[in-house]
Amino acid sequence: MARNNQMARNNQKDWRSRRDVLKVAGAVVGGGALARLVVQPAAATPAMMEEAIRSFVGQAAIKKGKVKLNIPPLVENGNSVPCTVSVDSAMTAADYVKAIHIFNEKNPQPYIISVALGPRAGRAEFSTRIRLADSQTVTAIAELSDGTFWSDGADVIVTLAACIEETTH
Amino acid sequence: MIGRALVHVPPTAKRGEVIEIKAMVAHVMETGYRIGVTGKPIPRDIITQFVCTYNGEVVFRAEFFPAVAANPFLSFFTVATDSGTIAFSWTDQNGTTKVQTAAITVA
Amino acid sequence: MRTAAFIGIAAFLTTLAATLSATVAAEIPLDQRRPDTDFIGADTRAMQNDDTANPGMLAVLDGEALWQEKTGGSGKSCADCHGDAATSMKGVAARYPAFMPELSRPVDLEQRINMSRVADQKSAALPFESKDLLALTAYIANQSRGMPVAVVENAQSKPFIEAGREIFERRQGQLNIACAQCHDDNWGKQLAGNPVPQAMPTGYPIYRLEWQEVGSLQRRMRDCMTAMRAEPYAYGAPQLVDLEFFLLWRARGMKVEAPAVRP
Repeated sequence: MARNNQMARNNQKDWRSRRDVLKVAGAVVGGGALARLVVQPAAATPAMMEEAIRSFVGQAAIKKGKVKLNIPPLVENGNSVPCTVSVDSAMTAADYVKAIHIFNEKNPQPYIISVALGPRAGRAEFSTRIRLADSQTVTAIAELSDGTFWSDGADVIVTLAACIEETTH
Repeated sequence: MIGRALVHVPPTAKRGEVIEIKAMVAHVMETGYRIGVTGKPIPRDIITQFVCTYNGEVVFRAEFFPAVAANPFLSFFTVATDSGTIAFSWTDQNGTTKVQTAAITVA
Repeated sequence: MRTAAFIGIAAFLTTLAATLSATVAAEIPLDQRRPDTDFIGADTRAMQNDDTANPGMLAVLDGEALWQEKTGGSGKSCADCHGDAATSMKGVAARYPAFMPELSRPVDLEQRINMSRVADQKSAALPFESKDLLALTAYIANQSRGMPVAVVENAQSKPFIEAGREIFERRQGQLNIACAQCHDDNWGKQLAGNPVPQAMPTGYPIYRLEWQEVGSLQRRMRDCMTAMRAEPYAYGAPQLVDLEFFLLWRARGMKVEAPAVRP
């Protein structure tokens, strides 16, 4: 840590915050190139996630059950987090899953993906890879053909790569 | 720019069998939140819609947000009804669409 | 969060540099070598092993298309001379980097591809880390997947392998740390949430989750040098090629895995 501060002072740059130390350290190494920062604008909050969920669900009750959200609890890189949602449903014309939505609470936006299904799916399950900006809770909501909503959540710890580079864009 | 697509559909299936389908496409899915060398955010550039049709009928649809990882990947299921064509289309925020198809024989 | 972790890494490496006194690290015995794939998470490994889910395969498919594309003053495609890559390129990537008598030094696979583009196809060299060069490299490397790394060590190539070894073992940068101190002496331990691999680069070019795209071994080594607070060598620098050559010699006999997926 002391070394980083020394580099900063040697570089004649004014540093105040940890972010500035990062910028200066990047400049020292890269000859002026800006170290890449992931900027979190006023990040989504649990309240924003709740509001986003309500925009899909309205005032209906969201019950726990039927839905299983599978995300590894410890993730190697937040840029690509494998994620599977499965819903317990016969997927018949009379009783099927209409939609599955995934939300988060700490990315800049609460929405991640929305999927529309029908009886032709055969199985109410899909997998994808998502981005998580930080360790947080992820929520999956399923809407059934009978108008009911069901949910499951998962807590995920997101770690950071050891060797990162300056941005070139 | 929507790049190369890689899809997987089992080439044959039994009628009524629930089959797994995978679809991946090359796309940067730029969130709009990353800061570039200028100090300004790199503009958002994402695929927003994915649709899968089976002999013309929609069997799976997804709306992507920036939190979908780059080179978006989906695996999902559908019932093997008839022989024919399974089509995958990705549309980006500008309305540009890319389509990839795969044939399936159902007996 | 990123900043805190970055400072954590710097603190760890500073401590490591300060406490390790030996400059010559202990080489990993041949029978204790493990592929870098052993050190990644199960989900990442599953992604790598599924050709329908591995994003590196998108680059391989792009390379397959480029292989057929006529280019340059020759009006020829790679296929026009080399035919089906599955036959003609089988085992080729496993032998790179390789000593080129006409240059009196080794080149890596990317450079060798460019040599053909310029001399044989009479076309322009593709820039390092360009989408097209990565695609061709991924396609050709994929043709050696499953085969043992077989770079040639002989009187001509040995000086360059040794030059690469010297760089690998030399302390460098503001943290005064050598590659060997992590990758020979501390492999298997955690660094900022990821296990430190032995640095056996059998899967290049890789799809790196951190980059969200495919990249070369030179790019990965430059990232490491940045993390070590050392000035990275420029793309194509002889030091990077020598280092590649040493690393692949160190991984001799291990299976090619291109395109691998890494965190």
